[in-house]
Amino acid sequence: MGLYKKTAHELHELLAAKEISAAELTADVLKRIDERESEIGAYLEITRDKAQAAAKLVDEKISRGEKISALEGIPCAIKDNICTKGIRTTCASKILENFVPPYDATVVKKLSAQNPVVLGKVNLDEFAMGGSTENSGFHVTKNPHDITRVPGGSSGGSAAAVAAGETIFALGSDTGGSIRQPASFCGVVGLKPTYGRVSRYGLVAYASSLDQIGPITRDVTDCANVLNSIAGHDEMDSTSSAAAVPDFTKSLISDVKGLKIGLPKEYFVKGMDAEVEDAVINATKVFENLGAEIIEISLPHTEFAISTYYLIAPAEAATNLERYDGVSYGARVDGVDVVEMMTNTRSEKFGEEVKRRIMIGNYALSAGYYDAYYLKALKVRTLIQKDFTDAFKNVDVILAPTAPTAAFKIGEMVSDPLKMYLQDVCTVPLNLAGLPGISVPCGFTSQNLPIGFQLIGKALDEATIIRAAFTYEQSQNFSNKVV
Amino acid sequence: MKVTERDIKTVASLSRLKIREDESAQVVEQLDKFLTYVENLQAIDTTNIEPTTYALPMQNVFREDKIKPSLDRELALSNAPLKEDGYFKVPRVLEE
Repeated sequence: MGLYKKTAHELHELLAAKEISAAELTADVLKRIDERESEIGAYLEITRDKAQAAAKLVDEKISRGEKISALEGIPCAIKDNICTKGIRTTCASKILENFVPPYDATVVKKLSAQNPVVLGKVNLDEFAMGGSTENSGFHVTKNPHDITRVPGGSSGGSAAAVAAGETIFALGSDTGGSIRQPASFCGVVGLKPTYGRVSRYGLVAYASSLDQIGPITRDVTDCANVLNSIAGHDEMDSTSSAAAVPDFTKSLISDVKGLKIGLPKEYFVKGMDAEVEDAVINATKVFENLGAEIIEISLPHTEFAISTYYLIAPAEAATNLERYDGVSYGARVDGVDVVEMMTNTRSEKFGEEVKRRIMIGNYALSAGYYDAYYLKALKVRTLIQKDFTDAFKNVDVILAPTAPTAAFKIGEMVSDPLKMYLQDVCTVPLNLAGLPGISVPCGFTSQNLPIGFQLIGKALDEATIIRAAFTYEQSQNFSNKVV
Repeated sequence: MKVTERDIKTVASLSRLKIREDESAQVVEQLDKFLTYVENLQAIDTTNIEPTTYALPMQNVFREDKIKPSLDRELALSNAPLKEDGYFKVPRVLEE
């Protein structure tokens, strides 16, 4: 039927008009999964029966003449580091291979209130540590645009599933770019909300001061609808913001006249792919033609963002991952005493990148090195944040590439972690500063690989970046290309 | 080299990770490369700059100290690798 190619808002219209049923829609996407999944490998678990049962309930509701919400009956996938009650949540780690959460994450609860059809859990780099989904403890996810290439990461399963038509939308999480970079690599829309906008309760912690959950969708309208359903204060997350949440669909207005868009020169880094740079510069021209004002700005501490991030995130990760000790949940590998049991468990069940970051984190936090590494990074974080505060005195939003390249080849970077870390140069500054960012498709390379740019907003001002992204999308034709 | 094999042993022990003899040199080299990489931060003057642990203003959140329903014990134990009589079971902690 080709329903799998449509956006959530198009499908909602069809459902509400009774032109299709939720059961038909779910069957169509499940059939698409059957066709594509063996090649793409986006999912870690497909909850087929639950999905069909959920679709049936929505159809019953429609047949009773009840009104349905924007996401009701719409198939979705959830990144496997977000807890789902009764459904295995592995973080793509062997250490959580059989973990079945006894509770739902707040985002899952909130999303469930809209009655979407959850199709299953999608792949990621183990514990969200990586930018290619090659660090998954189970399998590598392929980019639907070119299966010899990575989908990006860590939310690679989410982005690949949306791009391949294996779901209509997905939830991802973003600690240093993990929503935006895969969205850019797969030609879909991905939004990292302001830190605190969305509850982290039930999101398995990687770096608690940086993690945020957000939508990965076919277009900006779907993005606004999904963000509406998950945003808001949560008493279970003391870092969640108490600020009022606007209706983000009110920002779906095609108008950027007079909008001041900053273009930070530091984001056009050495080693950046020329085609990516051209596509992003073209996007600024589109905005200019639509009436926005492009202003060159400087974010002088950008070059220090990677070092800062790769000290802070591993330090937080080393602390957060202490809980995997083989005692109360997760895998256990026996030992003669409790310390040996813990050591055996962690050594055998964590993957290489996770162990590397734990080691870096504990080194940076240990006596004698704390001031030189961890504390220094926290101070530079202040300067990076101040760069943005200063810039936002003169501009409304900032436009930058999402990643320095399009999707790279599987295996190309695995041997050189430092080179892989450079992928995050355009995305980590936002996490460090807590700011929202949206990645929007803006073209293809000569090899037909998607390119994305990101719009960075002021804290809690997702509304403006959504409006600008929507305006751009309406004038172009790069979104919603299912492959 | 900033990092020694002894450093790696200490950090591995703090991390409850086992570094095999044949891996040790590579781990030292990788951590050393990493520390050289992040060395660029040392050039920044951060005198009088406050550290940022959370990007947005945070304060302690208090709630009433009232008993609320919590996870059922069986459910809380449902993922335990080993349990006995309603407790998590672990290998011996103290030396004999």
